[in-house]
Amino acid sequence: MTAPAGRHSYLDEPHGVAAWLLTRDHKRIAMLYLISITVFFALGGFFATLVRLELLTPQGDLLTPDLYNKAFTLHGIIMIFFFLVPAVPATLGNFFIPIMCGTKDLAFPRINLLSWYLYIIGGLMALAVVAMGGVDTGWTFYTPYSTHASATMVTLAAMAAFVAGFSSILTGFNFIVTVHRMRAPGLTWFRLPLFVWAHYATSLVMILGTPVVAITLVLVAAERTLGLGIFDPKLGGDPVLFQHLFWFYSHPAVYIMILPGMGVISEMVAAMSRKQVFGYSFVAFSSLAIAILGFLVWGHHLFMSSQSIYAGLVFSIITMLVAVPSAVKTFNWTATMYKGSISWESPTYWIIGFMGLFLIGGLTGLFLATMGLDVHLTDTYFVVAHFHYIMVGGNVMAFLGGLHFYWPKMTGRKYPETLGKVSAVLVFVGFNLTFFPQFVLGYMGMPRRYHAYPAEWQVLNVLSTGGAGILGIGYTLLFGYFVWSLFKGEVAERNPWGATGLEWQIPSPPPTFNFEQDPVVTEPAYNYKPRREVTVG
Amino acid sequence: MAMEVDLLYLFIVSVCAFFAILVTALVVFFTIKYRRRNPDDVGADIHGSLILELTWTFIPFVLAMAMFAWGADVFFRLARPPADAMEIYVVGKQWMWKVQHPAGVKEINELHVPVGRDVRIHLGSEDVIHDFSIPAFRVKMDAVPGKITTLWFRATKPGTYHLLCLEYCGTKHSGMIGQVIAMEPQDYEAWLAGGRSTGTAVENGERLFTSFQCITCHKDDSTGRGPSLLGVYGSTVELTSGGTVIADDNYLRESIMNSQAKVVKGYQGIMPAFQGQISEENLMQLIAYIKTLKPAAPAGGSDSPAGGGGQ
Amino acid sequence: MANAHDTTLAHGAVEAHGHDQAHAHHPKLQHHFYSMEQQLEASILGMWIFLVTEIMFFGGLFLAYIVYRTMYPEAWIAGSNHLNTYMGGGNTLVLICSSLTMVLAVRAAQVGSRTGQIVNLILTILFGSTFLVVKFFEYAEKFEHHLVPGPNFDPALPGPEQIFFALYFIMTGIHALHMVVGIGIMLVILRMAWKGTFTPEYYGPIEVSGLYWHFVDIVWIFLFPLLYLLGFHLGH
Repeated sequence: MTAPAGRHSYLDEPHGVAAWLLTRDHKRIAMLYLISITVFFALGGFFATLVRLELLTPQGDLLTPDLYNKAFTLHGIIMIFFFLVPAVPATLGNFFIPIMCGTKDLAFPRINLLSWYLYIIGGLMALAVVAMGGVDTGWTFYTPYSTHASATMVTLAAMAAFVAGFSSILTGFNFIVTVHRMRAPGLTWFRLPLFVWAHYATSLVMILGTPVVAITLVLVAAERTLGLGIFDPKLGGDPVLFQHLFWFYSHPAVYIMILPGMGVISEMVAAMSRKQVFGYSFVAFSSLAIAILGFLVWGHHLFMSSQSIYAGLVFSIITMLVAVPSAVKTFNWTATMYKGSISWESPTYWIIGFMGLFLIGGLTGLFLATMGLDVHLTDTYFVVAHFHYIMVGGNVMAFLGGLHFYWPKMTGRKYPETLGKVSAVLVFVGFNLTFFPQFVLGYMGMPRRYHAYPAEWQVLNVLSTGGAGILGIGYTLLFGYFVWSLFKGEVAERNPWGATGLEWQIPSPPPTFNFEQDPVVTEPAYNYKPRREVTVG
Repeated sequence: MAMEVDLLYLFIVSVCAFFAILVTALVVFFTIKYRRRNPDDVGADIHGSLILELTWTFIPFVLAMAMFAWGADVFFRLARPPADAMEIYVVGKQWMWKVQHPAGVKEINELHVPVGRDVRIHLGSEDVIHDFSIPAFRVKMDAVPGKITTLWFRATKPGTYHLLCLEYCGTKHSGMIGQVIAMEPQDYEAWLAGGRSTGTAVENGERLFTSFQCITCHKDDSTGRGPSLLGVYGSTVELTSGGTVIADDNYLRESIMNSQAKVVKGYQGIMPAFQGQISEENLMQLIAYIKTLKPAAPAGGSDSPAGGGGQ
Repeated sequence: MANAHDTTLAHGAVEAHGHDQAHAHHPKLQHHFYSMEQQLEASILGMWIFLVTEIMFFGGLFLAYIVYRTMYPEAWIAGSNHLNTYMGGGNTLVLICSSLTMVLAVRAAQVGSRTGQIVNLILTILFGSTFLVVKFFEYAEKFEHHLVPGPNFDPALPGPEQIFFALYFIMTGIHALHMVVGIGIMLVILRMAWKGTFTPEYYGPIEVSGLYWHFVDIVWIFLFPLLYLLGFHLGH
């Protein structure tokens, strides 16, 4: 991958594998992350394919039960810890936060590189788990199954997630310090792009939540290897305590997976509509509200786990409150488009796709937060569909949309515009076909993590597998033309969308130290004005 | 209850569908109406509106609170079994459901119940966490090792329904399924009569109470080395550590399995822990028996039809 | 770059030469910071944020501790009474002294005293090592008395007491691991101090490492009463 000839960019020098592997440039680290998460996305996708193929027929005839259990477990572990959590922050966030803050790099470039290495070490451990026979606990590692019953590579898998967790802690830590201490002169908090606000909120969740799951996974590993007994019901240990500790991170982790996507969408909506984001401060603070409230809702995963029903009451009401800032964001994006100048280029297709899928994902969360309904819906395919709408429909759409939006800036090349639209439509249609039937299946009672199922649910499962096929074609197409564009793509100009923001003022791809001169900011973000001076004058 | 859950579901579906369609329609409409006609165009200079923001903060808030309140109401009724419900004991283990009816008939992966009668399930697990779920009745509950949990339902129509394990429990998780067979009450009685009873839960519990030597210490007067168990169920117990605890299923369970955990005030913690020596099924029978122990009724005679009274 | 966010199609608002300014930099100023103050503030904020993650990390353990202590008060008293309060108390004193010498080392760097830094850092390292040696003997004693959770645990003791010891070993073990890391950091800092790296203008690393050291001490200040003194408090 090289930059178009005649430019001088971060891609050009120094050359060589060692220069890339030892780089401290946030942009190169972002690219390293982009390549690595693509590999893990493909691997997670492979396991998803196995799961969907197995579910084509009601009998468990393709895989053995144990293989099936390993397939969905590895799909979950790889997609969550090695793709969804780092997807937006470690790639787009890493690349653009310093640029949007008007600085040359993150506050701690070496720690940024360390974060990538931790990710790779964790990733290699996950690959070792796959190679050594897999793990079958589900990505949730519920005790006492994980500690006392499973005969698979639970300890190594837990440690892989532990190491990957530290990579995410270091990313969040770097972002927070950068946003606090590295902003360019004149760049006040309320002039920051909403992308930065969203990542700041995400970082708070990363540094506060991830350590808790880290220690929880250490306890699981210690319980398995040393026989400590902390979660052992035979000694009086409480397996449900594990669920509290686990979800204390893993529910906020959902917001790690969606908040950065919301930030990307805020940027894209503004740029593609060439209009100030409607209600800037409401969108900014709704990110923080989601991050903070997100820490107080973990118990909604435990309504049926013998948790006190009064605790359930509190968790349910706070969960309902999270819906409010999410709704505020959605309405504000919609209002941003009102009287905008909306481009029909491919990023807009991804924005609309995101809005549609995230809406359904968010709204179905209300069903699960409603305690009386959750009794029926929890642990069914309704839950599976809901979180895929949030994590894939929301986060992956935002991530891929963000790639389409920022690709010219990151690589200096343009992808084929028509294919960008085609893949957006394919992914949107394929996604809905895959996951919408699962809401119906869930309400009918089909349990998640079932290798075989009663025959009356087959039709909807076939639809779902068919949709997954379309989704797969969409992803493959997109991967193909992105790679193609690196070599053959049209050279991108500095500001292909006519957007505001520091990142669009510098060359594409950016020079090593981002700015030719240290920037000074004098205006709020998204200050779109008619081009009177230029066109008339 | 299934009807009420469905009604709640319909309410939320309608609210959500309204907003999903509204926002989608607006997005599509704006995209078409305000499409860029000239490459240099920019959008209108609009920054926001406090009134709009407050409106779309307040309306979702009210709707969410309505969902919460309605959902909590349904949940509380689902979570609290009626006092006169028929009691059935279910134990999950990898990978089967073991069911014991009050009259002593046992079955595996099948649950026969009479229609029109409230049924309360006492749920235990021998190994990992399972989840007892009957989708048609809109109920489920985790079976957690080390605890006794409970759920209740009332079948309204005779028929055969899915009984599923909903909490992932290992290799044959998807094989841990069975059937709930709801029958007319007279058919249920006939079915019970045809089954082989190994004694009622209370009878078995009484036998275990003797065979595990519980009876040597837990005497009916207060002369034993352990506290008397007459009327203990549901009472408030004072502990050596100073606190108090309500003697419910889980306290009794803990006091048998981990006897040192919460010792009754005035007694030594000398009782052996029965962890590992007594199965979940037997434990439930013991608790069923202990529940029937009542202080001798002044008018004489046992108040327990099962005959396990504590004279 | 006054019009950074300026008009939509403002191509090429800024061009011009490279990023490196002509004015003199402190040799320790990294390229992406404007000034030494900014660099110091960033590293101190960074360490505080790191410590927040550490608090959450230990927080999970403290939560488990609270839950089980509430569930099994008897086992907690019994377990606490098995611990050696004198060793724990002595170690508390040792750590408090090490925090003092740590502060003095940072102070010495700020006023430019190389000897002060070296002496106090060595003392800090010695106190830290003393703590670990005492801890080692404590652990050895627990092994002998079959108080280490696992297959070797004294079967006569009730289950919840094993949970107490499981938490004891995990909490003190992870704390000890932090001590080992801390001593490693102090050795690096000592080497830097020896070479005269720290000056009144540049003392970020020693100050930041000091924050970490104090944090590890404070964790112990919580662990000691929760684990060792509990038995006295709840009585028997």
